Parts: sequence; C-alpha cells; structure tokens
Amino acid sequence: MYCETQLQGGQLVLTLQGEWQVANVTQIAIELQALDLQSARQLQIDARAARLDLSGAWLLHRLVQRARTQGAQVEFAGAAPELLTLIGKTLAAGTPVVTAAPLSDEQSPATAVEGLGRRTVRRIMQGQAALAFLGHICVSLGRGLLHWRRLHPVSIARHIYDTGITAVPIVSLIAFLIAVILAYIGAQQLLQFGADIFVVDLVTIGTLRELGVLLTAIIVAGRSGSAYAAEIGAMRLNEEVDALHATGVDPVEVLVLPRLLGLIIALPLLTVVADVVGLIGGGLLCYGLLDMSLVQYMGRAEDAISSTTFWVGLVKAPVFAVLIAIAGTWCGMRVRGSSRELGRLTTLAVVQAIFFVILADALFAVLFMELDI
Amino acid sequence: MAAVVEVRGIVNRFGAQTVHNGLDMQVNEGEVFGIVGGSGSGKSVLLRTILGLRQPQAGVVLLEDRDITHMRQAELHAVKARYGVTFQQGALFSSLTVLQNIQLPMLEHLRLPDPLRDELALLKLQVVGLPADAAGKYPSQLSGGMVKRVALARALALDPGLLFLDEPTSGLDPISAAAFDELLIGLQRDLHLTVVMITHDLDTIFRTCDRVGVIVEGRMITDTLDGIVHNTQPWIRAYFQGERARLRGGLHGA
Repeated sequence: MYCETQLQGGQLVLTLQGEWQVANVTQIAIELQALDLQSARQLQIDARAARLDLSGAWLLHRLVQRARTQGAQVEFAGAAPELLTLIGKTLAAGTPVVTAAPLSDEQSPATAVEGLGRRTVRRIMQGQAALAFLGHICVSLGRGLLHWRRLHPVSIARHIYDTGITAVPIVSLIAFLIAVILAYIGAQQLLQFGADIFVVDLVTIGTLRELGVLLTAIIVAGRSGSAYAAEIGAMRLNEEVDALHATGVDPVEVLVLPRLLGLIIALPLLTVVADVVGLIGGGLLCYGLLDMSLVQYMGRAEDAISSTTFWVGLVKAPVFAVLIAIAGTWCGMRVRGSSRELGRLTTLAVVQAIFFVILADALFAVLFMELDI
Repeated sequence: MAAVVEVRGIVNRFGAQTVHNGLDMQVNEGEVFGIVGGSGSGKSVLLRTILGLRQPQAGVVLLEDRDITHMRQAELHAVKARYGVTFQQGALFSSLTVLQNIQLPMLEHLRLPDPLRDELALLKLQVVGLPADAAGKYPSQLSGGMVKRVALARALALDPGLLFLDEPTSGLDPISAAAFDELLIGLQRDLHLTVVMITHDLDTIFRTCDRVGVIVEGRMITDTLDGIVHNTQPWIRAYFQGERARLRGGLHGA
C-alpha cells in the first residue's frame, strides 16, 4: 500500500507512505487509478511520510490534476512536496505535455499523387547525383593521368593488398570447390554416354569463361564492396569527408579513385588465381574419379580451349571491378546522419554490386555470342 | 555525510604505462565533485573504472558501500539502474528518436505501461529544458547543446541519486555552457543529486563544484575549491592560476 485513505466528513485525507520511486510507479499508478475521488469535495494530501522521486511526484501531480478537474479542492498537510513544485514550474515554462506522435523526417502522408510526384523527383535527383558522381570520377581520373602523383600510388597499393592479396585464400578455396563440383556433376551425366573425356571441356571452358571471374567478382563484392561503403560511410559520419572538402582535398580523388584503381588491378589478378586453382581442382577430380592421368587431362584441356577462352573470361574482370568499386564508394558517400543509414547503405552496396556484376555478365554473354567468340 | 562513491587504491596499467597508481577518491552525498587532470592523466579511465566498465589491476570501487569491482554481472546490472551517465559526445543512439533514447533505460530496467512511460520521458525532456516537440527528432537533427541536454535527460530516466558527467559542457559556446551549469545546479538542488563530473571548463568548476579532485602522477589530490586554488603543486598551480584562470578572475572580478 502506497497510500491510505480516510473519509472525514466531506474531506478525503490521503496519506502517502513508502517508496514513491520509479521502480514502483506501475504499482502506485494502479493504486491511484482505483481511488474514488467522486465522493470528496475536499482532498487533503499528506506526503510527509513518503519518499518521492521525480517519477513518483509525476503520479502525484496527475492525481492532483484529476481531483481538480473533478471539482475537488486539493490541499497539502504541511508544505507541498518540492518536486511537485518543480514539475509545476517545468510545465508552466515549457509547452504542455502532449502525447508525442513519433515524427520522422519524411513529410506527413500526402495524397497518392503527391507521394508519386515526390518519389519521382527524388529518383530523378538521385540519378542526377549518381551521374555527377561518375563525372566527378572521370574528371579526377583525367587529372590523375596528367599528374601521376594525384593517383596516390601508395594508397592504390594498399587497396590492392586489402582487396587482392588478402582475398587469395578464400577465392582459391571457392574456385577449387566449384570446379570440383562442376566436374563431379558433369562426370555423373557424361559417364552415361561414355563421354567422360568431355568433363575436361566442361571444367576448363566453364571455369575460364564464366565461373572463375564471376565467383571472384561476387566474393570481392561481398568482401570489398561492403568494406568500401562502410569505410567511407564511417568517415562521413565522423565528418572526415567534410574535413577533406574544407582542406581543399577532393574526397573523390583520395577516397574513391584509389579504391577504384586498386580493384581494377586486383580483380583480374584474383581471376587468374581462381582460374588456375579451378583447373587444378578439375584435374584432381578427373584423376581421382575418372582414372584419367594428369597428362591426359592437360592434353585434352589444351584441345578444348581455344586461344580466346582465357581472355574472354579475363576481359570481364576490370569491368566488374569498376561496377563493384563504384557501387561501394557511391553508397558510402551517401551515408549521413545515423549508424542505421550506414548499415542500410552497406547492405545496398553489396546487393547492387552483385546485381550489376551478374547483369553485366549476361550482357557479355550476348555480346560474345554475337561476336561468335 | 555518507560517502556515495569511494575509490580505494585503484591501479590501472596499459602495458608498461601506469595511469593510476593507488588512486583514492571519495564523493559525499549531495555534493558536486569535479575531476580535473591533464590530457592523458586518466580521467576517462577512472570514470570507466567507477562505472564498472573496466576492471582495475588493483583496488576497489564502492558505490553506496557496495564493492562493484568484485560483483557478479546480475548484481552489477541492478547497480547500473542506480546511477546515470552522460558521455563526452553525448553517445545518443542515432537510430532512435529523442524520446526513445530517454525511454531505453526504462525499457531495460522497468516494466511500465506505454502511456506512463511516454509521460515520464516527456517530463524528463522538459525538466532538462527542452520543448516537448523535440521528442520525435533524431540525434542528427539536434544542436550540440540539445544533444548534451538529451543525454542528461537519458541519464535521469531512472531517477538516480548519483550522476556521472563526462565533460558536460565541452563543445558548447560559453552562453550554452553557462545555461547548462545553471540547469545542473537547479536539478542537483531539486532532485538531491550527487554529481561526479569530469571537466576542463574552469567556469563550470567554479560555478558548480563543491570539491575538486585533481589527478596528478596517478594519484588524486582532493580539496575544496578555495583550497585547491591555493595548492602549490606545480601542475595544479599552472591549471588554476595560469593565464586562462587569471583572465577569468579578472573578468569576473574574483
């Protein structure tokens, strides 16, 4: 019991006791809710025995308000608690307490047409900004080609290390496993025709033309595309990008360009690694499963691939690198405000990078078919 | 007066570097205690140790006579509801609105009906002098002074008797800083708070603090304001009687 009531004539005497503290406010609120104030014309509150904190005082404040709106006179035995006075002063100074409607930075909901218009305009502006970003990269690149120092070679080297060299183990492992899976599935089917020698064609052409470069690009998109977005995004939250602007340093030149160029160099190299390891994986499976000697495997592989097979795969790597780097850095550059935004754009960077890589791969496939390579 | 915070013989080392070497400190109920020290003297490390965020190499920290350095996680969790903290940069959760930021400690430690929680959070917001319509804003939309006030409101969410403030007025203009000092003095008086604050701001020290502890060479020298100003230790003399302090004295005629 946090309060005791006594009816003396028309006067209701309310004696508060115990800990009117934040830990008990739920209990106290229920108790106060049950009070019947209708019968009393006068309410006398004795709060001298209770230990109030601000939350407890707030409940008392609400009780007094309720009694007053029901037409009762409220008085205190002794002085009113100081905290009640504090609440009264605070509320008088500020705006009245209203139930807060959670606002967002979006505008209030509008008509469907208005919403459509807003979205369209926002999309167009986003598109323009993306185009401006691309243009900015081209200008920086042009300037860099004129003065090689502006390309920041040390920074490029660091990014080649981060995105290329450190990715070698995982790329090798994935390439090896995928080549083994491909050879195994192929062997299962082709053995039915006794055409198991064509497993070699499947593995070599599949790895060199498509899988080597595509899987490498997808792994790099996941590893480095996200890292680019997160690094640049965190710098934006930290106002480091603004600091670069203010110092007269072009953020695109020092943040975007080295990452872009680094990846353009690293991704083809990683692709070569993936191709080699893939071919080794295919060879080992043929040796183990099909009793094919490695010499036989290599001979058949040489027959299967034409002079262009390797290059058809490798030529895609720099293009994929550009797509991944731009998706990552562009998303990072758009981070502002909160850490949630950072997470959202990092996710978006990876999703967009993978999407663009696969889309580009499809376009390459059509192109090469038309060119008959 | 009873000691609310008592630190005995704290030793904190990072590798070969000893930050605190047997540091003692005592904060009494109802006072405002300022912690002063040069950059790198371990003010923030001391605060983290007192809050139980860092285990010292030696020594004990007593909060309301209970040793938090040798406490189980569950007990420590309960202790954390008894004090409020503000961090130097505000450390508001950027994905939550102002109101949600203030409600987070309540959600963690209390079970309140939603309307009551909203009311209490709005009350806290207004007690620190912010308008109720700031409730729906996100931290990125607030000015520096507002961030400090929201951080204070969040620290007050559970009506603690003890408040730790890490550089509450840093980064504020002198007028906002002075307004924050006044707010703090008013709240400390009305809510009967014990306040421990780290600060570099001489104006804040002279306006708010009852006693000051200066960290020098890994130990703490504690004195009243009058006493510390006349201390002869070289660093303390340089701090309280240096050019900036003299300038302040001249301007205020003190």
